[in-house]
Amino acid sequence: MFESIQYWDPAAQFVLFSALKILVVFGVTMGFVSLAVVAERRVSAWIQDRVGPNRVGIPFTNIRFLGLGQMLADGLKFLLKEDFTPNYVRTVYFWLAPAITMIPAFLTLAVIPFGSTLGNSSNRMVIADLNVGILYTFGIVSLGVYGIVLAGYAANSKYPFLGGIRSSAQMISYEIAMGLSVIPIFLLVGSLNLGDVVGYQSGGLHTWLVWKQPLAFFIFLIAAFAETNRLPFDMPESETELVGGYHTEYSSMKFALFFLGEYANMIASCSMMVTLFFGGWTPPWGASAATTLWAGLGHVAWFLAKMIAMMLLFIWVRWMLPRFRYDQLMDLGWRRFIPMALFNILVTAFVVALWQR
Amino acid sequence: MATQTIEFKEPAARLPAPAHPEGEDLREMQGEKMVLNIGPSHPSTHGVLRVLIELDGETITKAVPDVGYLHRGDEKIAENMTYTQFIPYTDRLDYLAPLANNVAYALAVEKLLGIDRNLPPRCQYIRVICCEMARISAHLLGLGAFAMDVGAMTVFLHTFTEREKIYNLCESLTGARFTTSYTRIGGLSRDLPPGWIDQLRKFLSEVIVNLNETETLLTRNRIFVDRTRDVGIISRALAIDYALSGPNLRASGIEYDVRKANPYLCYRDLEFDVAVGSVGDCYDRYLVRMEEMRQSVRILHQCIQKLPGGPDNRVGEPVNVADGKTVLPPKQKVMTHMEELIHQFMLVTQGVNAPAGEIYFGAENPKGELGFYINSRGGGTPHRLKIRAPSFVNLGILPAILPGHMMSDMVAILGSIDFVMGECDR
Repeated sequence: MFESIQYWDPAAQFVLFSALKILVVFGVTMGFVSLAVVAERRVSAWIQDRVGPNRVGIPFTNIRFLGLGQMLADGLKFLLKEDFTPNYVRTVYFWLAPAITMIPAFLTLAVIPFGSTLGNSSNRMVIADLNVGILYTFGIVSLGVYGIVLAGYAANSKYPFLGGIRSSAQMISYEIAMGLSVIPIFLLVGSLNLGDVVGYQSGGLHTWLVWKQPLAFFIFLIAAFAETNRLPFDMPESETELVGGYHTEYSSMKFALFFLGEYANMIASCSMMVTLFFGGWTPPWGASAATTLWAGLGHVAWFLAKMIAMMLLFIWVRWMLPRFRYDQLMDLGWRRFIPMALFNILVTAFVVALWQR
Repeated sequence: MATQTIEFKEPAARLPAPAHPEGEDLREMQGEKMVLNIGPSHPSTHGVLRVLIELDGETITKAVPDVGYLHRGDEKIAENMTYTQFIPYTDRLDYLAPLANNVAYALAVEKLLGIDRNLPPRCQYIRVICCEMARISAHLLGLGAFAMDVGAMTVFLHTFTEREKIYNLCESLTGARFTTSYTRIGGLSRDLPPGWIDQLRKFLSEVIVNLNETETLLTRNRIFVDRTRDVGIISRALAIDYALSGPNLRASGIEYDVRKANPYLCYRDLEFDVAVGSVGDCYDRYLVRMEEMRQSVRILHQCIQKLPGGPDNRVGEPVNVADGKTVLPPKQKVMTHMEELIHQFMLVTQGVNAPAGEIYFGAENPKGELGFYINSRGGGTPHRLKIRAPSFVNLGILPAILPGHMMSDMVAILGSIDFVMGECDR
């Protein structure tokens, strides 16, 4: 039955495979998001000398599965909470904002090559194999700030308003640093396609770009913390100052969308970092595109493993550091990272011009 | 104590320039200010403090603290009960250090009775142990909450692990974890339970480890230092003008500790240093609290060593003054002897017969000087009892130091001032 697909016309094949990939990627990402929430709670518990959620398993039995049932319980809780809309909010934007926050995070994942092939070389494991992959990513990521700004505006209340202002300033300034930090990568690789970036690093551990561009990685990592609004850069939220910031007035599923958006953003940033600096789906001993189904799945597994490692770094940092002050954050972004990134571009350009041409 | 002068950026320099009185246009260019209501239920106001702040962008231009949301009328309540009956109310003043409040109140009443200088030595040592345990407990929470306010959540839970051990100690000492009511007028409700000193010793060795960990997390953490250094500076003059006390005063470089300046109990026999800051910013207040906990551990070690009667009190050192008219006699004697029965009856129905007069007694509590002023017209109840609550006095400085800071600094300043609303509003 499946063999007959090969004889379909290419457009139909493309539609079928793209739809399949989108479904799988979306499903896996959502799964990872809820897993990340539980992981965050468990890891923070280990850091803080606590136990963390380890109880919830299958109801009415003693099976606990390490507390992984918490994923479902969290989701159910969000669904069952009262969806409260205060009567002073700007209703349309109030409903729009959570969706706008969540969607860009998922759109970013479209250009990330999460595997080589599944045996058939015409079918690469990336939803949209764009030639301008990174430009697309930055374009989409910038959209994410609208959701937060809109949430701050729509709530029509002072705390979310301050949160919205902070986040717009923060995300715009760190986007610049982030964008500048990856330019050296593309100077080295010579292409904006993320598949080519992975291809450049497919020679094994020593070819990974993190060794050639440690400064770029450093800036990108910190900017990613800022972009995902996580500690030490969670100024827009800062629950001890702004009591939750832009999502103060949200409850139930609308709040959950912000929550999911944050974690989906984290997954997107981690995938991006793995692709740009840690060889994407290639194992540390290097590899070329897979020729069998199992090798292809192995590559996907490598990608996921690296991504999970990055996620753990994100979680670890969150529970270890205090929060910056707003002006210190802007200072760091504009006066340290942007000049550093520019300097990095210059040096790389010189090196490329002198040695590689 | 060597004081050092450090040049720092004047926080007021960050204030926007004042509008020219004649230029209405200029005032419009500056824009409208936003009044933001912080509290009474806000994560960083530690209870029910309310602060009205006026913001220009994120810079605070005016701050008005509003207290009283937890007012229970403790001072008035005291007028309607005997001195002993008021002891449980002192638990609820600074509820992070109930043992220290018990001790301070008991000492105040004993001063009125004229017996505060001749308490049995064992009683004095046990009371010092109580005070210092309370100090560690209160400072652990203060630091943890401070760190949490600036974003370091983990520190809070680390310090709470140690506080849990202190609560366990309180439980085996007094029977209650939180509302201890341990002291009595002229003594203590009971002697140390057997094996308690060993538990305390174990705790002391563990708390130092925890303090070192906390210090690794915060003291040289660049973000924490950036958030706290040169923020919320209280100059020496300002600290005196606003009658600050406790760690907040000492962080401003003034070496005043009631335990040293006006020793009570057996503090004269104990060796400890007074931690003093230099600049008076949030970072100094953090460092002073950190050092005070280490000094408290030092005091506790000395107390364990010098405790008259030893841990188990085999020789039967008294813990109460030997005066049947002040302290309830042993139950066995009440049942068998006429005189003790009368004493018991009089103490329970009338209270201690205090002389007429007025006294003030201040003790060095974790938050500052907790003072009790008692005006007595004789008899078993005070005519007027005034509580000098350090948190209340310390909070008074907010309007003076908040303007010019950013909103995030406010959180750090509130955390570093370390107040308890139960005591402030009393």
